Amino acid sequence: MWAMIVKEFRQLRRDRRTLAMMIFLPVLLLIIFGYAARFDVKTIAATVVGPQARTVAAALRPPFDATKIAPAENRADAVAALRDGRTPVAFVTGAGQTTALLDGSQLFTATAAKTALAEMSRGQAEPAGAGQAAGAAQTAQPFSMRVEVLYNPLLKTSDIMVPGLAGLILLFVGMVITSLGVVRERQAGTLEQLAVMPLRPRDVFLGKIAPYFLVAAVDLAIVVTLGVWLFAVPFRGSVLVFALGALLFLFVTLGMGVLISSVSQTQGQAIQLAIMVMLPQIMLSGLIFPLSSMAAGVRWIGYLLPLTYFTQITRGVMLRGAPIASLWQPFAYLALIGIVVTALATLRFRKFLAPSPRRRVRPTQPAETAMAGAEQ
Amino acid sequence: MTRPGGAPDRVPAGAPDGVPAGLPGGVPDGVSPTWGVRGLTVWFGAHAALRDVTLEVPAGQVTGVVGGDGAGKTTLLRILAGAAAPDAGEVRRPPAEQTGYLAASSGTYPDLSVDENLAFAAAGYGMPGKLAAARASQLLERTGLAAARQRLAGKLSGGMRQKLGVVRAMLHRPRLLVLDEPTTGVDPVSRADLWWLIARAAAEGAAVVLTTTYIDEAERAASVLVLEDGDALAQGKPEEIIASVPGTIKISPERLRGDAARRAWRRAGTWRVWVPPGYDGGADGTAGGEGAADCVTPDLQDAVIVAALARELWAGEPS
Repeated sequence: MWAMIVKEFRQLRRDRRTLAMMIFLPVLLLIIFGYAARFDVKTIAATVVGPQARTVAAALRPPFDATKIAPAENRADAVAALRDGRTPVAFVTGAGQTTALLDGSQLFTATAAKTALAEMSRGQAEPAGAGQAAGAAQTAQPFSMRVEVLYNPLLKTSDIMVPGLAGLILLFVGMVITSLGVVRERQAGTLEQLAVMPLRPRDVFLGKIAPYFLVAAVDLAIVVTLGVWLFAVPFRGSVLVFALGALLFLFVTLGMGVLISSVSQTQGQAIQLAIMVMLPQIMLSGLIFPLSSMAAGVRWIGYLLPLTYFTQITRGVMLRGAPIASLWQPFAYLALIGIVVTALATLRFRKFLAPSPRRRVRPTQPAETAMAGAEQ
Repeated sequence: MTRPGGAPDRVPAGAPDGVPAGLPGGVPDGVSPTWGVRGLTVWFGAHAALRDVTLEVPAGQVTGVVGGDGAGKTTLLRILAGAAAPDAGEVRRPPAEQTGYLAASSGTYPDLSVDENLAFAAAGYGMPGKLAAARASQLLERTGLAAARQRLAGKLSGGMRQKLGVVRAMLHRPRLLVLDEPTTGVDPVSRADLWWLIARAAAEGAAVVLTTTYIDEAERAASVLVLEDGDALAQGKPEEIIASVPGTIKISPERLRGDAARRAWRRAGTWRVWVPPGYDGGADGTAGGEGAADCVTPDLQDAVIVAALARELWAGEPS
């Protein structure tokens, strides 16, 4: 048994990636769950419109934070702000009752807002002198409030999870499966064969990812159709905008898959790395936990992840019917990440398929002039 | 999806279908370019995998590269095939469309069938479908793989997989065929089939270069390069290499002792010992015949061993 233990330790010591993962993963999980896994929303940005905007904004209590006060704007402007994802909550003031519009596609924020508004209403309804807090509340709430949840009126979890899952599935198929496909070539010794065939690296790259691209696209169509059909998830926006977002996101995930495979020697290593890349995306992209409730440092990691932006696109298009003009930011960030990832992946891939003159340090004398590759 | 640089070379109609009578084979046209490397040097960190190696690979014949483990055979062939780049030296090879390469592994996709593997290779080299199918059928038939066309390459025996690898490498009639240990771990019948393929490629005009650990196979090559620890020890026709053995080789029924033991090797139940030129025999008496008996005519295996021993013996001495 001792011999077995020693052998395992020796192998583990040489498999530095597994060792790093064994040590790094628990730390990563601790950080993620400690700082990111929060359903409670402490601050809710709010837009206040209508003639009484200033009065209502002044009366708002935490967690609401009136980030925009626009007396000249009306309900239509407030709805547009919600649809475009510019604000999760809008207060529409008028001569009579104030209406709180909540974006149901931001489930946890909407739930927190609804709860906070209910508490505010209760505080207003309590008789004067019932308590100090109640007294303060009464003076701070000189209006009646009506709550209206848009886009996901019943605050159904399935409505926000299905668009999010679409991204997760693309991430899985695009990144994990692609990374395995390329590493398999390396393990079978066929990557070297490809290197000497008269194929351009970009042809190999595109030829390699095209089938996965198609499979992932079919997967996506099935998931979205089933989501709409089985769970009655609305699809209010343009299919074309959704498809464009999916195309861009797939491009990113496939590039990430190739990148992972290019730094992995075995399929096991590729899966390890893929998990390490996937886990933060699931936790920090806003798919499960709201970005707004995360600690600032962890939230910034979320802003570097492609799933963050694709989730914004899918929820925006499917639930809010957001037009492409209002989604330009997630599209732009996704495109930027796509360019960086694909460029890196292509460069790494090219290294395997088009060997360039080597640059090695010789121990005893300076390098001679290489005349390699004098092809006829 | 092919690199620019010309369509795959086609051997003119009427190329021989049968096994050539012997090696070297004939060149079908007047153009017989010589591929190869000159002054090739490759470093792996501080270790020289190849040091100033020169090799000519003429068209229409088989060139063998022999050497022990880590001699640099695979590195040489990878560079010749275009799978790796050297640190220094000149490489002459045809365009990728006209090069065929069998890596140390068979280079076939285990989850594709024999036919699918060949179809992919044919498409990759830009071969017309019908031409590729006809050529594949012919080669598979002759090598006994025709019955396994629908079988996954991963389900083939080692020998069958190697044959498939060689068929795949020569399917597009390359002008340069680079084969890394095509017969290692293969049974004698499959080896014969593989040599039929190799000889046929040479007969069709290809310049064939292969590595092997079997000296009897190297003897079938038109010329041989002997590598040892990255250095070229000997080069030429097998008979030239044999003729260039310095000193003499003696045979002994018993194991030798002392200094002679370091120059002795066992073959066919007896011991052979190399006596360097000018060696006075010293205490072991091999020069004078004490403990050693008759001189033997060396073969290529003896010549390769002597080349390695001579390198060791004369290391550091001015040449």
